Amino acid sequence: MGDSQYSFSLTTFSPSGKLVQIEHALTAVGSGQTSLGIKASNGVVIATEKKLPSILVDEASVQKIQSLTPNIGVVYSGMGPDFRVLVRKSRKQAEQYHMLYKEQIPVTQLVRETAAVMQEFTQSGGVRPFGVSLLVAGYDDKGPQLYQVDPSGSYFSWKASAMGKNVSNAKTFLEKRYTDDVELEDAIHTAILTLKEGFEGQISGKNIEIATIGPKRIFKVLTPAEIDDYLAEVE
Amino acid sequence: MSIFEYNGSALVAMVGKNCFAIASDRRLGVQLQTIATDFQRIHKIHDRLFIGLSGLATDAQTLYQRLMFRHKLYQLREERDMKPETFASLVSALLYEKRFGPYFCQPVIAGLSDDDKPFICTTDSIGAKELAKDFVVAGTAGDSLYGACEAMFKPDMEPEELFETLSQALLASVDRDCLSGWGGHIYIVTPTEVKECTLKGRMD
Repeated sequence: MGDSQYSFSLTTFSPSGKLVQIEHALTAVGSGQTSLGIKASNGVVIATEKKLPSILVDEASVQKIQSLTPNIGVVYSGMGPDFRVLVRKSRKQAEQYHMLYKEQIPVTQLVRETAAVMQEFTQSGGVRPFGVSLLVAGYDDKGPQLYQVDPSGSYFSWKASAMGKNVSNAKTFLEKRYTDDVELEDAIHTAILTLKEGFEGQISGKNIEIATIGPKRIFKVLTPAEIDDYLAEVE
Repeated sequence: MSIFEYNGSALVAMVGKNCFAIASDRRLGVQLQTIATDFQRIHKIHDRLFIGLSGLATDAQTLYQRLMFRHKLYQLREERDMKPETFASLVSALLYEKRFGPYFCQPVIAGLSDDDKPFICTTDSIGAKELAKDFVVAGTAGDSLYGACEAMFKPDMEPEELFETLSQALLASVDRDCLSGWGGHIYIVTPTEVKECTLKGRMD
């Protein structure tokens, strides 16, 4: 890259107007495992691949999808440890809101505050941006919502989105199959099919993670057995 | 004389049928001397939420300014008005922040919830919330107000009857308190409109 002499410091723009560290962070995200989210008319589903480095790893101990509040959950593509730090900060912000207002934080507010944290790390001394993009799924008074947050701190609301290794194929697949009135159950099937598209090896309840949030507004990560049931339906 | 009795005040809010009314006296004093007879104790946060602040007037002013500040930012960020219950939690948190050097105020919060149900509550000067289904009182005339409201309150009053009842309760109570009086200010709030009236009582 021609601007490599400007990539030593985060706080310096390159002549082309880019912050090179953020570009590199997006590359880190792009080489992470595929994750995706679909907003249905009555809920949201998020899913991710869970490829472990060895068969000796206890897959039940790895949780890539986390809840931030009872009605908001998040999945990532990129660096796992960075994700854990963001989850911790977001959970704290959600609880602070609740302590002050005795009300659950709206999805947009939590996304905005998480994005603000990520932006801070692109404009402070001695830190690097987070190497993750997040997909935040929630259900509040405004209905089901799906947001993507990037390492730069920018966030977008999506009807369906994918991130990570297989992003362009996955997005093309989602564009073809998405309809505005899709129901949650169909969205789960579509999510599985999208993951299957770029999946290397045999897909099963042990190497993908799926979570949903429905009209009851409770964020739930599906068990491997439940995922296997959906996989059987999809066959 | 206690610091809560320095300026003198009387505040009361009462619940009706899908409406509420909040009333205050109009006297501002410095101990026994009357300084103003048109002092505004009740403030509008938004069309469906009012707060009255009794106690030390300077703290009431500052607290009101801080609450408006917080509410305006909330409106900008969340693109909606604060619900009365949420606002009451905010008031409680703000007051407790100053637990060991408190605001010498007792707020009375009254609003209409999302489903048009009236909500009233009061807190003490360090933020302990007290929700009530019928009426809440505050100020130097508080004790008299409790008596008058208890005697005159009926559940599910229409706005006109609520206005009459609350006015009578307020005027009767401030007559028994030398530090409050000089008329009254009353707001009757229904889902469709806000009516503001000034009451004339014993001008002393």
